Amino acid sequence: MENELKLGAGAVASLGIATAALVVLPYLQVRDLHPAPGLKPYTEQQLRGRQVYIANGCVYCHSQQPRDRNFGPDFERGWGRASVPADYYYDSPHLLGTMRTGPDLLNIGARQPSEDWHLGHLYQPRAYVQGSNMPAYRFLFVQKDSAEDGDRVVNLPAGYGVPGKVTVATREAIDLVRYLQSLDRSYPALPAQARP
Amino acid sequence: MDSAILSLLGAFLLSILGLFAFIWSLRKGLLVENPRGAGVIFARGEIGQVDDPALADPALRQLQDVSTAREGAPAGADAGELRDRIDADRSSAFPVFMFIAFACLWLLVGSAAGLTASIKLHAPDWLTGEGWLGFGRLRAVHTNAVFYGWVSNACIAVILWLLPRLLRTRLAGAGWAMLGGSLLNAGVAAGIGAIASGWSDGMEFLEIPWQIDVFIFGGIALVILPALYTLADRKVEHLYVSVWYFVASLLWIAVLFLVGNLPGVHVGVQQATTNWWFGHNVLGLWFTPVSVGAIYYFLPKVLGRPVVSYNLSLLGFWTLAFFYPQVGGHHLIGGPVPGWLTTLSIVQSVMMVIPVVAFSINQGGTLWGRMRVAIYSPTLRFMMFGGLMYFASSVEGSIEALRSVNRVAHFTHFTVAHAHLGAYSFVTMVMFGAIYFMLPRVLAWEWPYPRLITLHFWLAAVGGLLYVIPLSIGGWLQGLAMLDASRPFIDSVTVTMPYLEWRSIAGAMLTLGHLVFVGHFFAMALRFGPHRAGAALFWSAPETGIAHGK
Repeated sequence: MENELKLGAGAVASLGIATAALVVLPYLQVRDLHPAPGLKPYTEQQLRGRQVYIANGCVYCHSQQPRDRNFGPDFERGWGRASVPADYYYDSPHLLGTMRTGPDLLNIGARQPSEDWHLGHLYQPRAYVQGSNMPAYRFLFVQKDSAEDGDRVVNLPAGYGVPGKVTVATREAIDLVRYLQSLDRSYPALPAQARP
Repeated sequence: MDSAILSLLGAFLLSILGLFAFIWSLRKGLLVENPRGAGVIFARGEIGQVDDPALADPALRQLQDVSTAREGAPAGADAGELRDRIDADRSSAFPVFMFIAFACLWLLVGSAAGLTASIKLHAPDWLTGEGWLGFGRLRAVHTNAVFYGWVSNACIAVILWLLPRLLRTRLAGAGWAMLGGSLLNAGVAAGIGAIASGWSDGMEFLEIPWQIDVFIFGGIALVILPALYTLADRKVEHLYVSVWYFVASLLWIAVLFLVGNLPGVHVGVQQATTNWWFGHNVLGLWFTPVSVGAIYYFLPKVLGRPVVSYNLSLLGFWTLAFFYPQVGGHHLIGGPVPGWLTTLSIVQSVMMVIPVVAFSINQGGTLWGRMRVAIYSPTLRFMMFGGLMYFASSVEGSIEALRSVNRVAHFTHFTVAHAHLGAYSFVTMVMFGAIYFMLPRVLAWEWPYPRLITLHFWLAAVGGLLYVIPLSIGGWLQGLAMLDASRPFIDSVTVTMPYLEWRSIAGAMLTLGHLVFVGHFFAMALRFGPHRAGAALFWSAPETGIAHGK
């Protein structure tokens, strides 16, 4: 080859085809999407919690995309029905994830609605799940001699707190739990995506 | 219309197109071998002359003897053309040194973050007091430091050093490239700081906030422009295949980085498809072509023999250019994305066998009967190992994309192991080899402690395999446990534990290798070691004996 223009044009054209297939066509296909009827927009606090989820890279271990029943036992594990594009209407950035070092979380709010459980589990996962390798998020909590007004004290199982101190959740921890509680796509999905 | 008929029609049209392409290539004489094209990396009369600047003179003579015994003595290279090559090298020395230095820095940052993150996966109560030491942040620090810091800087160094050599001209706008390098690395540093402090765009491989991406993109652009000017300023008629790979990869990474990071355009599942279009293309259209292009130069150059089939290398280029960009959807198999998209990606993932086999046949054919040279040449050892791992990782990737395999491997550490097979055992090894070759020319100084190169090679090669093989097994067992509805989920965690610990041991070996490598780099840059040939200043290479042709 002696012609650099042909080279450049060929290289850009091949990437262009791929971009059309993987970026532009999906864009056209989901552009006119409506939110699923049972899906509620996130509240401000839930969105703050979502930022905590993003900041700490929860997505690297937790997916948010239960697969179809003929693909894996996601439903049997209680992770919910296979998700559809309309379930993600309010999600930006997307948090579909590609790892399941921990379980899928798209319906964690339906599966585990307890705030106490979530706060305690974030503080020390192994107090609730034997053998878990989830990091302990100690930095989302503070230890105090006694609780002050408005403090959310975490009720830890016996033996996991610091003796003589109370464990208080920071605002980030509470926001994050609010977000996790909001993850509930247990409403019925539309049979298929409505296309005109 | 039924999808079966559509796919049959598609296959029919494709075969007709393929037939026309075949007839056209016959008419254009593209199937006749072209040894002249393959020989443009050599000066006149240079074929048969081995080359590895990583070797001291006695070792190089030994290498030449092995080669001469088999192929006969070289005719002696044309002095004028060698002088041009020295000129070309001199024009790029400063920017290339800068990019290599940055790459080394980020390699250490990335290794430290990766090793810490790895240990945390089996010791989850270690270092839990600070947000920036959390697993999720360190993992992103690791991936960004090695992707944008280590590999990207090393790739740019290889491109900027080889383009003037291959085009027999001087690097145009070296100052601009260095400005670009400063912007790029300032951006990477800021991006990693942002991720560690919890400011992230939240998507894998696109974590760096777009406000910082502006600077990185500016940096990339300032590197691309001098490369394109150098191309326009070329003194050769024929563009060697490495030039194709380099120029195309520069164009690709610019488009990828721009489209992937556009804020406020992508939403929901479309954002996910864009995310993986980008994520896989950074490997496929940036790391891979630069590494393959580097092997296509360094391997024949060390051997002093052109590649056996130049046409195969061109076939490899165009099939890679066509198939690779479309494979990203295989990261979303089984996810809430359109079925046709994942199917398309699976098909193209399997088609990637073509460029990989084309490359491997070529590499194998060129090395055939010359394997002994690898005992003597450190550069060749790294390149051979990297090329072999390219074959391994790419074939594994094609198989992994199949739905039945993906069902098990998806969402597990198998994917992480696969990523390291490609990004470490292939790309990083090639970059090491390239740096061992380039730096003595860039600094006009020899590697002070050749034994350290051997030590580094074994740490990196064994450590890499020790990382990939156990973690692949662990990931596969994890996937099987996860698919078995009768087993509790925690089984899929417990089963990985011994393999995760192995991974930390292997990671420690790799990190140790990096300390050896970067330490050696600094020893060389600071002119340590026994004094050998070479001037003290790297912008005035010695005229003595036209070192570059030796």
